[in-house]
Amino acid sequence: MGLWLTGYAILMIKIAVILTGVLLLAAYLVLLERKLLGRFQARIGPNRTGIFGLLQPVSDGIKLLTKEDVIPQGAHRRIFLFAPAVVAATALLTFAVVPMGPDLHLGGRKIPMVVTDMNVGLLYVFAMASLSVYGVVLGGWASDSKYAMLGSIRGAAQMISYELALGLSIVPVVMLAGSLSLVDIVDAQAGRPFILVQPLAFVIFFLSAMAESKRIPFDLPEAEAELGSGYHTEYSGMRFGMFFLGEYVQMQVLGALTAVFFLGGWRGPLLPAPLWLLVKIVLVVTAMIWIRATLPRFRYDQLMGLGWKFLIPAALINIVITGFVMVGI
Amino acid sequence: MTVYAVFFYIIAALIIASAGLAITRKHMVHAVLYLVVSFIATALLFYLLGAPLVGIFQVILYAGAIMVLFLFIVMMIRMAPGADRPFPAGHFIAAFGVCGVYIAAALVLAFFSGPEAGRPMAAAAASPAAFGFYLFDQHWLAVEMISILLLVALIGALHLGRAGRRKQSGNKEP
Repeated sequence: MGLWLTGYAILMIKIAVILTGVLLLAAYLVLLERKLLGRFQARIGPNRTGIFGLLQPVSDGIKLLTKEDVIPQGAHRRIFLFAPAVVAATALLTFAVVPMGPDLHLGGRKIPMVVTDMNVGLLYVFAMASLSVYGVVLGGWASDSKYAMLGSIRGAAQMISYELALGLSIVPVVMLAGSLSLVDIVDAQAGRPFILVQPLAFVIFFLSAMAESKRIPFDLPEAEAELGSGYHTEYSGMRFGMFFLGEYVQMQVLGALTAVFFLGGWRGPLLPAPLWLLVKIVLVVTAMIWIRATLPRFRYDQLMGLGWKFLIPAALINIVITGFVMVGI
Repeated sequence: MTVYAVFFYIIAALIIASAGLAITRKHMVHAVLYLVVSFIATALLFYLLGAPLVGIFQVILYAGAIMVLFLFIVMMIRMAPGADRPFPAGHFIAAFGVCGVYIAAALVLAFFSGPEAGRPMAAAAASPAAFGFYLFDQHWLAVEMISILLLVALIGALHLGRAGRRKQSGNKEP
């Protein structure tokens, strides 16, 4: 019984640490994005709250929590209330399989630095991604607004299309690592990160990941100029905050997955392992913000054309080539 | 009762309750959502029984892909007025009759099957790699047949899409 309780306590501590870290980072990514966007657009960005605007996330949080939670009259109440939670929860749950470092040995006990090392970890990541579509679809439908509805239809079509390219781009990585477990994939990159062997897979993965996160240049589901702000037009207060939080947690998820699949995960010289993962996440997220500040929005047929006519065939060809090279060696 | 048994009964109750709600709700979006809950609970049951791969497939394919398409179609349909009324009693009698026969058959099978009946679970509970070898080694013909079927569907969809486009451009030209 004592052993069981210790294991349970360790699990709870791991979950608490990861959850706190992810939520804190999400808050400061908002600040980072606003600061960087400011610089890219020759502005200063938020600098009034605290030194360098460092308390801005706190005041944003207070504002969101104290605002009125408006529910439109024609809305399907229960589904409307429930949808933002789906987006935030699926994004947070993905972190359960992301390895944060090598096994820790504490008092003769081996503690893996991951909440759960599933042997189907990679498929679990995709399962969570495919469930997050429900948040977008239901949020838009339950709002009973044509802009939200249009946004959610676009969002669902886009996410379903790019999930295929996302999944196919990872197949060569799985072939090289010989496992679906994220821990094993990181271990397989002990010699060299997979970005050096699979640059094409990396490009396809990164593009589809950006499309999955529905950010500029792939932000058609929320296109401000046409749709208000898409599927979350009718949301306010902390429910809007949940969509917002979900988006920034998803950016971290994509950063973490890019790090795990292509950049060697927590591996790196000198610095401690979790810090390396953090550095890599922030690096990927910064690249995403930079792209957001640089590019205009796609047209809808261009978006679908890129996914179906370029990314998916390229990913399939990459799988075939990788197979031939592996059999040849 | 062990912890596993407790979880099993909670999940089983969730599956039955959500499946029951899915077939009795008149609002189609609600029905689809209850079906999704039922699928996710089934995936949890697979995980509890030691088959995470099957559980994950259940979520990705059924809850994540097929039901999203269902929801997509259902969302577009405007409900006819008066569709919120409960089902007529005759429907219920027929449904319960079919269910009764099905459950009875399942129970008979469960009671009269030997220990051999647990064998398919061994393949499901294996690691993903072992499952893949089993599938492509023992059932390669079925895999190939399904892939050809999917290819036919793909080409069919392409043909239908092209036919529509040709007609449109034909109207424009003259």
